[in-house]
Amino acid sequence: MAGKTLAAWSVAGEKPEILYWVGCAASFDDRAQRVARAFVKLLDAAGVRWGILGAEETCTGDPAKRAGNDFLFQMLALQNIQTLQAYEVQEIVASCPHCFNTLKNEYPQLGGHFRVWHHSQYLVHLIETGRLHLPAEGGVEGGTVFHDPCYLGRANDEYEAPRRLLRQAGAKLQEAPRSRDFSFCCGAGGAQMFKEPEPGRKDVNIERTEELLSLSPKRIAVGCPFCMTMITDGVKHAGKQGEVQVQDIAEILAERLGL
Amino acid sequence: MIAQIIFFLILVGAIALFVYHVRLLRKTILLGRDEPVEGRKAERWRQMLRVAVFQQRMMDRPVAAIAHWAIYVGFLVINVEVTEIIADGLIGGHRLLAPLLGPLYSLITTGAEVFMALVFVAAVVFLWRRNVAKLPRFHTAEMRGWPPLDANIILWTEIVLVVALLIMNAADQALQQKAIYPSVGTFPVSQAFVSFFVPLSEGTLIFIERTAWWVHILGILAFLNYIPFSKHLHIFLAFPNTYYAPLRPVGEIPSLPQVTAVVKEALGLPQEGEAASSETPSTLGAKDVTDLSWKNLLDAYTCTECGRCTSVCPANLTGKKLSPRKILMDTRDRLEEIKKHLHKNGRWTPDGKALLGDYITPEELWACTTCNACVRACPVLINPVSIIVQLREYLVMEASQAPETLNAAFVNMENNGSPWAFPSADRAKWAENLIQA
Repeated sequence: MAGKTLAAWSVAGEKPEILYWVGCAASFDDRAQRVARAFVKLLDAAGVRWGILGAEETCTGDPAKRAGNDFLFQMLALQNIQTLQAYEVQEIVASCPHCFNTLKNEYPQLGGHFRVWHHSQYLVHLIETGRLHLPAEGGVEGGTVFHDPCYLGRANDEYEAPRRLLRQAGAKLQEAPRSRDFSFCCGAGGAQMFKEPEPGRKDVNIERTEELLSLSPKRIAVGCPFCMTMITDGVKHAGKQGEVQVQDIAEILAERLGL
Repeated sequence: MIAQIIFFLILVGAIALFVYHVRLLRKTILLGRDEPVEGRKAERWRQMLRVAVFQQRMMDRPVAAIAHWAIYVGFLVINVEVTEIIADGLIGGHRLLAPLLGPLYSLITTGAEVFMALVFVAAVVFLWRRNVAKLPRFHTAEMRGWPPLDANIILWTEIVLVVALLIMNAADQALQQKAIYPSVGTFPVSQAFVSFFVPLSEGTLIFIERTAWWVHILGILAFLNYIPFSKHLHIFLAFPNTYYAPLRPVGEIPSLPQVTAVVKEALGLPQEGEAASSETPSTLGAKDVTDLSWKNLLDAYTCTECGRCTSVCPANLTGKKLSPRKILMDTRDRLEEIKKHLHKNGRWTPDGKALLGDYITPEELWACTTCNACVRACPVLINPVSIIVQLREYLVMEASQAPETLNAAFVNMENNGSPWAFPSADRAKWAENLIQA
């Protein structure tokens, strides 16, 4: 165990290597909390000294910004930047692509300059630097399809890191008809997560899940807590929750390492 | 001599009219909010070269890409021919370039003919896809009335221009065989039809050749003046639009400087020097096109309504009212209305209408997931999400018209620092056994 809150690190007169930006979903949503636990177990396995803000973390402001409430966004962002600067944070890893995008691309406009990783990128980095070792033999059973999160993929051009992790975990990768830069949204972005969908023929998550299920995968891999919620609902809607697992890449990796 | 004078007057008139409308267009676009272009010129040139000149993103759909490429290169090649036609028209010559270029002239006529044939085939393919195969993206709700007519006018005009040129060349060759016209050039396509023309009398042939010549050049000048009112503007605007398209990641939405000033004051943070400049617009977000940035407005005029954006939009594909293409088309329709005022009165005075409400409804705006699939799909780097977010900003910050559920999320974010109503003290509960105290 090498994780502490930044306050605790500070009291100990030390600094962690990296701040894990947990995000609201992983802080409060049961399912996303399991992802956060899998991720920090991987950090521990790699011997990373990590920190969290705990009660001092607040929403990055992404949903407010995309819903058009720039006041609220900037209020949250400027306060977060103050907190981060007070702890002299340099590097941040986020398991939510929305937090990742906001911290990486929108905080600099307001004076917050940090090196920001998505957890898939950071895990690749840990493997590359020889700190995290995956067994060479065996692998996870059945086909795995990765659902690209919009804010990791199109918004930030990262398509390889999650796929590399899945391959390294021994997964047989499948590609959805709409994938990578033409991936199809789960339906939760742009603050849709926090509102009712507008009237239409179908919900976006149902459309997307049907597409993913058409490949008959054993597992749908996600890299975003909102996608997790939307796709899990979609799988339930299709009555396939017994056959198809929806898992974050960090969980698949942790499982592979028996953590 | 009379023909030359008429030609000169038509040419000057057509160019003057075109220049007037281009300047009016520029004036209309510059009614938009000022948005500085951050340098990085080399990158911008490369972006324009890649996306506009080499049409990289067209290749996402190969059939359209190949047909489009034929028309695009055909257009570039034909400009050599048009130069000659204009010179001939002004001095009353005939195939003026032939003696100047010698054997090279055949290269030019060959190139022009081959590409005219390709343009013909491509235009037929495009007409087929639109009107017979009925590709879904050409038949969504916003594609009724003028937009499909505009598309068909463009394609039929191209066919008429190409056919006129080929007829002109065929008649010319018949006249060459009769030793009435000097023997110049090679015409690999129209030579196939020469046998139909040879039996005709000298007078008829000259009449056909001259008529085709006039149809071709008058058609081009008319088309030139049609373009400022048509989606066809993309043939010019694709270049500046890809040059000025932001180089930042598509996930990055700029913060409003006037909001930063207010929030920093509220939080007691030091202001940056230029924060409270008088240049900053007072309206938060955009209600009308004049609140959008000039780049958004350039986007609207660059849009050629291909619908690649709408065909990948998750909201549209699941039956929501939102269509990213309609957002751009509405923006342009509103701009056209304003442009007419400018044309009539010389300046713009608000008419009580607005883009938001009179053209675009909140229901469309609230259907967007900001997934940026439309931004990725656009072959000329148009950003519909940017317009959507600015209209949302107006709805939320000026009109206080966010959906109820979103307002609840805003309140939670203000009070608990999370869109959900959980106390921030519980944020580390998930890690209870995983962190050291």
